[in-house]
Amino acid sequence: MPEPRPITKLLVANRGEIACRVMRTARAMGIATVAVCSDPDRDATHVREADEAVALGGAAASESYLVVDKLLDAARRTGADAVHPGYGFLAENAAFAQACADAGLVFVGPSPEVIAAMGDKLRAKELMERAGVPVLRSVAVTGEEVPSLDGVPFPVLVKASAGGGGKGMRIVREPSELADAVAAARREAASAFGDDTVFIEPYVERPRHIEVQILGDAHGTVLHFGERECSIQRRYQKVIEEAPSPLVDDELRARLTSAAIDGAKALGYTNAGTVEFIATQGGEFFFLEVNTRLQVEHPVSELVWRLDDAETEPVDLVRLQLLVAMGRPLPFAQDDLELVGHAIEARLYAEDPASGFLPATGTLALWEPAVLPGVRFDAGVHTGFEVGVNYDPLLAKVIAHAGSRTEAALLLARALDATRVHGVTTNRSFLSAALRHPSFLSGDLHTGFIDEHGLAAARPLGEEALLVSVAAAALAGVHARRRAGALPVPASVPSGWRNNRSQPQRIAFDVPGREEPADAGYWLRRDGVWEVSLDERVAEVRVRAWPGQDEALDLDVDGIRRRAHVHADGDMRYVDSPLGAIALRERPRFPVAGQEEVAGGLQAPMPGNVLQVAVAEGDEVAKGDLLVILEAMKMEHRIAAPFDGTVTEVRVAQGQQVDADAVLVVLEAAGEAQAP
Amino acid sequence: MDVLGTRVDPSSEGYIQNRDGMLALLGQLDDALAQARAGGGEKYVQRHRDRGRLLPRERVELLLDRDSPFLELSSLTAYGTEYHVGGSGVSGIGVVSGVECLIGASDPTVKGGATNPFGLKRALRSMEIAMENRLPLINLTESAGADLPKQAEIFVPGGETFRNLTRMSAARVPTLSLVFGPSTAGGAYVPGMSDYTVMVRDQARVYLGGPPLVKMATGEDADEESLGGAEMHSTTSGVSDYLAEDELDAIRIGRQIVAHLNWRKLGPGPSLPADEPVHDPEDLLGIGSVDVRVPFDVREVIARITDGSRFEEFKPRYGKTLVTGWASIHGYPVGILGNNGILFSPESQKGAQFIQLCNQRDIPLVFLQNITGFMVGTAYEQGGIVKDGAKLINAVANSKVPHFTIMIGASYGAGNYGMCGRAYGPRFLFTWPNHRIAVMGPQQLAGVMSIVAENAAKKAGAAFDHDAAKAMQDAFQAEIESQSTAFYATARLWDDGIIDPRDTRTVLGLALSAAHTNEVKGTPGYGVFRM
Repeated sequence: MPEPRPITKLLVANRGEIACRVMRTARAMGIATVAVCSDPDRDATHVREADEAVALGGAAASESYLVVDKLLDAARRTGADAVHPGYGFLAENAAFAQACADAGLVFVGPSPEVIAAMGDKLRAKELMERAGVPVLRSVAVTGEEVPSLDGVPFPVLVKASAGGGGKGMRIVREPSELADAVAAARREAASAFGDDTVFIEPYVERPRHIEVQILGDAHGTVLHFGERECSIQRRYQKVIEEAPSPLVDDELRARLTSAAIDGAKALGYTNAGTVEFIATQGGEFFFLEVNTRLQVEHPVSELVWRLDDAETEPVDLVRLQLLVAMGRPLPFAQDDLELVGHAIEARLYAEDPASGFLPATGTLALWEPAVLPGVRFDAGVHTGFEVGVNYDPLLAKVIAHAGSRTEAALLLARALDATRVHGVTTNRSFLSAALRHPSFLSGDLHTGFIDEHGLAAARPLGEEALLVSVAAAALAGVHARRRAGALPVPASVPSGWRNNRSQPQRIAFDVPGREEPADAGYWLRRDGVWEVSLDERVAEVRVRAWPGQDEALDLDVDGIRRRAHVHADGDMRYVDSPLGAIALRERPRFPVAGQEEVAGGLQAPMPGNVLQVAVAEGDEVAKGDLLVILEAMKMEHRIAAPFDGTVTEVRVAQGQQVDADAVLVVLEAAGEAQAP
Repeated sequence: MDVLGTRVDPSSEGYIQNRDGMLALLGQLDDALAQARAGGGEKYVQRHRDRGRLLPRERVELLLDRDSPFLELSSLTAYGTEYHVGGSGVSGIGVVSGVECLIGASDPTVKGGATNPFGLKRALRSMEIAMENRLPLINLTESAGADLPKQAEIFVPGGETFRNLTRMSAARVPTLSLVFGPSTAGGAYVPGMSDYTVMVRDQARVYLGGPPLVKMATGEDADEESLGGAEMHSTTSGVSDYLAEDELDAIRIGRQIVAHLNWRKLGPGPSLPADEPVHDPEDLLGIGSVDVRVPFDVREVIARITDGSRFEEFKPRYGKTLVTGWASIHGYPVGILGNNGILFSPESQKGAQFIQLCNQRDIPLVFLQNITGFMVGTAYEQGGIVKDGAKLINAVANSKVPHFTIMIGASYGAGNYGMCGRAYGPRFLFTWPNHRIAVMGPQQLAGVMSIVAENAAKKAGAAFDHDAAKAMQDAFQAEIESQSTAFYATARLWDDGIIDPRDTRTVLGLALSAAHTNEVKGTPGYGVFRM
């Protein structure tokens, strides 16, 4: 039995929303907070919210958040007596947990031994199997040789042993593809986790991902907080999670949770953990792994589990983690917990679903979460925040709690839609479309849900939405210039007045997903009505601006009134209206010196590091041939030849850092070559 | 300050008749303006576009700041004459890079943008406005030069163009020339005498003599580019200060030049609340008499053009047919003189006093002219109407604050002078479409002519054919009628344009704003007042 040991100052060895989340509870418990930050994170939200912050230096995680010595030094210098690892980074690193203990710091998590045991997925499986938890049989690959699969039927899944979050994961449907898949998985695993062990296991069709939240104290109690379903995934990463699972009835819940608790007890598990299962549509489930940390999606459990004696007060898992870490017993028993309503979480990422969920970077020109009852934002960003290339592009988790699953889904979709987030591409409209999808609402989920329903496709705004947005941006500009007193004539003279009108005022915007700019005309009629024209459409627009709310405009377009918000930032006009959000770039009235556009140039889709250059100048390539491998956001991106041709220029070298849109290789199409 | 009331009844017969008549006239105005905008017609417009060039109004629109107003001047120059409506060009006041400028553009779709006698008048008038109001002048040039068959009417007066340019420069009023096409022979002096010159690559042609003329004069074979191309002038002769890659680039450069003029208006800015009139300006259509012989209360007009319909009347109980008082328009303080009938001696004296007061206080004057003249008759002549009329004309002529005249009805006889007609140099003069202008009413004029003829016949002892005289009188009256209309007048630049009565407040606001670019200061002295 450990000595109770109070925590007075907590160092959070993480960044982003989880650092903010942990510090929020710490503050509420009277615990001082210490943030750590890399160089690009010096002005990050988690730094702003901490009492103290220590710069770790470096940009890449491997130079900052993953450097144990720097973290321990930060704790020592600030006098922190405990370390919360969050998730990711060193959260499941047994050596770090051990180093904390050795440095006399309380590590908020399981013991180093448990972390080590669970970190090895093969070992974890054996341990769980011994505890009577159902598992899928699998084969480990440790060397160059791909072992015989010994009767494991195809398709199979190749997974990194040390991995998580889909890195180093491949589905293989044909035996002939296995060798390549294993090699790639090993390479990714080595790069991401420093351990290239992978294993191969049967692949369940239309599987569902179910997991059980457990929390054990040092006094032998292990509680569960039911299951979560995390079947909505993209690139093997969860994007929408919920509790409870629509698949799970009371009977199945009892089986799942007792399996989880049995396993945890067998391990002597302390602190928060998650036992992950893969489930068939029929409700059969198999152990996948134990995550020895707080999960990203923990809030859905917090929101649905209520204490009998405080029905309105949700559970706070971070508080329980801290109590357990202090050596205190869990303050309630399993019977005190009650499942109330339904909670769904959506992960708002800076990424572009339409281009394979490529991470997006940029400055958040505006971050204004929707304020709605029943909606919780766990955000790690603020207006002006720089979303860079170095870390996971999660901006915030948006969680809705309501009496029923359908209500929670619709509420969450609305919260996403009503949030003003601009400056970087996000998966917001993808999320709200998924939440409103009839199959989602009916609970027909599986991990291939997004592909099955084609949800990643771009959803450009409709004509009406574009017209309303363009009108809002144009007329907000008129109001802004008027407020700014930009003209030397009295501001009371009607805007754009003409005594011999030959044409309307013109303004053009670049519209995402539209080739031609939206070139709009507008003029103010004598009766105070604006005529706004776009493409073939002419609309009558009445505008009401609100004093003191410079960004809000009420626009009555052909008889339908809508409130629009227009945020101007440089030449960007970020418009939010009930018809959707759009980022319009106002085109300059006059051409400016052009940016380099290389004909036949293949550009980097995002900032990253050149991992491999597969061609040299003069090489003949066929369509689909690999040209360059770019590593960005810890993923490999293969740049392949879009057509047959000749490489005329290679502009990058291995190891080089490149910006988005940088020209990597110039390719001349076959047959295009001209006589010298 | 008092807010004016109104007695206008939109359901009255007079109102409805006026409104119908005024709308018909506005329809005519729209048609005329459309003709002006159409330039040389579809064929020439298309040919110009096919060359990848912008139309003059497109150039002007691009030059202007977003949302800024543009007050076109002399839009209907040459209306009803053998020349194209508008005089082959565009001119007006607009805001460029935050500076009110006088912008002139030749229209190359009309006879290649060649200057005709009316176009010249329009250009000279706009230069006059630029000088008086200290507005930077921007010429957008693409002109074939003088309309040679009409050279006799152009050559001699046309010289003033270049004199004006350099005098403006001397007076520190900036002049810019953006050359989009030919600007040759005398026209070459437009860029040549401007402070700043921008030429468009491969388009501008600026030379005193083109290849044929050079061949004739010296036998030299020269090509256009070497004689006057944009690149040559920008790199070799120095006639061009900026070489623009294309038209948009030229306009962009022009805007940048203006942005760097370090320009400040010398007059005070608007200083009073600029709230809309309480009474609807729409009513002006029913107030202004289509038959100018029907009187209407000028206060009803004032109530629809001043800020908040406010008007502090001066001497309201004295000389009642001339209404005088103070108000503000778009925040600019003004003194207003408006006619409510014929001018008698007290009205003339009142007007002269009011003008002197406004000059003492540096307050601009607005004349709302609806005048059939000074009173005639024995009693009035013996009462010294000439003397009193002279006082008013003295005051008007010597006043130095900016004047703005709006012709809202009749403008007959010396009343035109006393109420600051064109000859009295108002900064701006606009008319309503119902307006009539002549030495006297056509009926009176024809009647007077008839009486004179009859007297002459009597004197000569000849028989007087009353029927023939009546026919002649009718024909003469009809001719005078047609020469008294607002359209006839504006075609000849007797004013700066016909406006929609509902725009009166806006037009005055813009004119006031332009005038305040220069100093606003009353006169220190007058001519001798005959007492």
